[in-house]
Amino acid sequence: MLKVRERNGAGPAGPVPFLRLSPAGAWVEHQTRALFLLPAVLMLVFLSIFPLFVSLYLSLTRFQFVPGGFQLVFVGLNNYRKLIAGIERVHFLGALAGLAPAFWLVFALVATGLLVFVIRALQTPSPSIRAVVGRIVFALVSGTLLWMLLRTLTPGGRPGSLFTTLIYVTVGIAVQYWLGLMLAYLASQDLAGRRFFRVVFLLPMMITPVGIAYTFRILFDLGKGPFAPIWRALGLAEVSWVNYPWGARAAVMIGDIWQWTPFMFIVLMAALESVPTELLEAAMVDGASRWQMFWKVSWPQILPVTSTVILIRLIEAFKIIDLPNVLTNGGPGTATESLTLHAFISWRTLDIGGSAAVAYFLLFIVTFSATSYISLVHRRLAETV
Amino acid sequence: MQNALPLRQLRFARRTSPHAPSWPGAVLSYLVLGFWAVVVLFPLFWIFVTSFKLPIAVNDGPFYLPFIDFPPSGHAWRYIFVDLRNDTLRPFINTVIVAISSSVLALALGTAAAYGLLRFPYRPRLGVILLFLALAVLTVVATRLFVPWQAGVAAAVVLFLLLRQYAGARSHRAFGNDDIAFWMISQRILPPVAIVIPIYVMFQRLHLLDTQLALIITYTTVNLPIVVWLMRDYFRQISIELEESAAIDGASPFRIFLSIVLPLSTPGLVATFLLVLVFSWNEYLLALFLTSANAQTLPLSIAAQNATRGPQWWYMSVLILIMITPVIAVAIALERYIARGLLVGAIKG
Repeated sequence: MLKVRERNGAGPAGPVPFLRLSPAGAWVEHQTRALFLLPAVLMLVFLSIFPLFVSLYLSLTRFQFVPGGFQLVFVGLNNYRKLIAGIERVHFLGALAGLAPAFWLVFALVATGLLVFVIRALQTPSPSIRAVVGRIVFALVSGTLLWMLLRTLTPGGRPGSLFTTLIYVTVGIAVQYWLGLMLAYLASQDLAGRRFFRVVFLLPMMITPVGIAYTFRILFDLGKGPFAPIWRALGLAEVSWVNYPWGARAAVMIGDIWQWTPFMFIVLMAALESVPTELLEAAMVDGASRWQMFWKVSWPQILPVTSTVILIRLIEAFKIIDLPNVLTNGGPGTATESLTLHAFISWRTLDIGGSAAVAYFLLFIVTFSATSYISLVHRRLAETV
Repeated sequence: MQNALPLRQLRFARRTSPHAPSWPGAVLSYLVLGFWAVVVLFPLFWIFVTSFKLPIAVNDGPFYLPFIDFPPSGHAWRYIFVDLRNDTLRPFINTVIVAISSSVLALALGTAAAYGLLRFPYRPRLGVILLFLALAVLTVVATRLFVPWQAGVAAAVVLFLLLRQYAGARSHRAFGNDDIAFWMISQRILPPVAIVIPIYVMFQRLHLLDTQLALIITYTTVNLPIVVWLMRDYFRQISIELEESAAIDGASPFRIFLSIVLPLSTPGLVATFLLVLVFSWNEYLLALFLTSANAQTLPLSIAAQNATRGPQWWYMSVLILIMITPVIAVAIALERYIARGLLVGAIKG
């Protein structure tokens, strides 16, 4: 971690000293210092913290038109209940079918793993309450999510916006990471024309997602798109992928992968280039193959960066809305709707309380995923170097 | 055993750099990299080609090369730029104004905060924060019930100034710079959809809905955490001695910040500015909620095309090209800065 910074011409590592107050006019200077921070803090408090509380209140109410205006009726947790057990359930969670036998096996395996994970926390010499509670919460939440996810994936079930979003996030990040890592390794070699590849590979990340969504709509058009001859040869020209939930979801994921692989690529390549050459040369002299040099030397060195890019993408990927909204309009039915899109559609139909409830579920899932990731994975990986 | 490597092989190993691939490796690398370059460039090529097609050239199945497969036509460009001039220009100008102003604002507020967090110790007391929140809630409640809002705000400010010392002295818990920085950066976790409805209501009350100002304020807030995060790491690399000697000579913090720190960190500023600019340029969700016609930005006006006229790929392609050309130019010109800026952020997490 520090090595990279030193190569970049970094200053002294370790805690940075504070600037001392100048002797004259200490009081004035003290106030001036507050002015550096205050505008940013106030802005965040007024436009981010307060709205968050108001949203919480809205999620507990129902919006109603009354003569001369509107009113908010307090309905308690009804909006949340509606999503989990009421009329919005199929939209939010999806249709739940009985578990297929193969999924029983998967679930049993994972559940055992989670149980072992909790028990091992209790077996440590002096278990801290925080760690144990944290692990139990993690096991319960992720176990429940997996249980429902598997039921929606069983034939007869179908995933709602919650699980669609989770699928987008996990599949997207996994593919983007490995693809980005491979490209980053290849482009970090001494090859003529590296700069060309670097610039070209960066492009998709900068392009407006709405533009990407339309572009992919054109490309995926089986009758008129550029790949139409292929589809015709396969006898698929008259079929529209939009009619198939998984086809439409795949289209959204392909667009997302196309757009965000560059982010992984750029950061991982910069990290690979800052791996000290001496380490690699030493491995080379010892007769290591390229494969070994990458997996035994370079990859462990870039693990902290790896972990951070995954964390960043994890946080950002949950916010996906542009692609499904423009590419498929959330369809067929609600098959490609992400949570943000779900909230937007509820808002547009004036179900403001329901929209806020969906947004709060999203906030909960993002926070849960990010904190679990940080405490279970990130902390360990960031300390390896 | 380890030293039993034949001399020739050892010399060979020493001479090659560890980054140089063997020749089959190089061929394979070029194949994979070339493949991905095609994957990246083909959609852009297709958009470009489609923008020069007549409807018939789109509908009769795929034609790939202008002049060879189909006769190119400028009809879509003429339609967008001449017939629809104002409808195209307005969203474009909106986007330019909103993206640039919000990025400048976010950069100004964010760099100041990042610098302050790095160089000055802040110890906000828990009591003062609670007092602030309580007064804010009280003000909102009071103005909704009976008090005119000017009086409510004035009373709250006076009360806050009076009670500040007292609340600070009473509570012993205080937060440090790292807590503040963590709080600011973690705002990034917040999905925008969770805060957009109250923001919508607020701008509606202020009669700012569907104005550029509303978007500028919102985008600035959303981008602040990124600026604080990246610039804090950038400032960390600047050595403190210059600033210390300037402080001893009696320069004010603002003077030091403006004439020493900012000039020293120009590359970081440029990278952060561009990143934030691109984010604002591309933003979709908040604009979707907060604008309807007047302040509509490009992503929205493109998204609206489909609803009004059905998929008319030729016009759509022109609009997409208008929207993405500036960001592509930015990407090509400043690839180095962007890569470095992202890496600095990613390493310090």
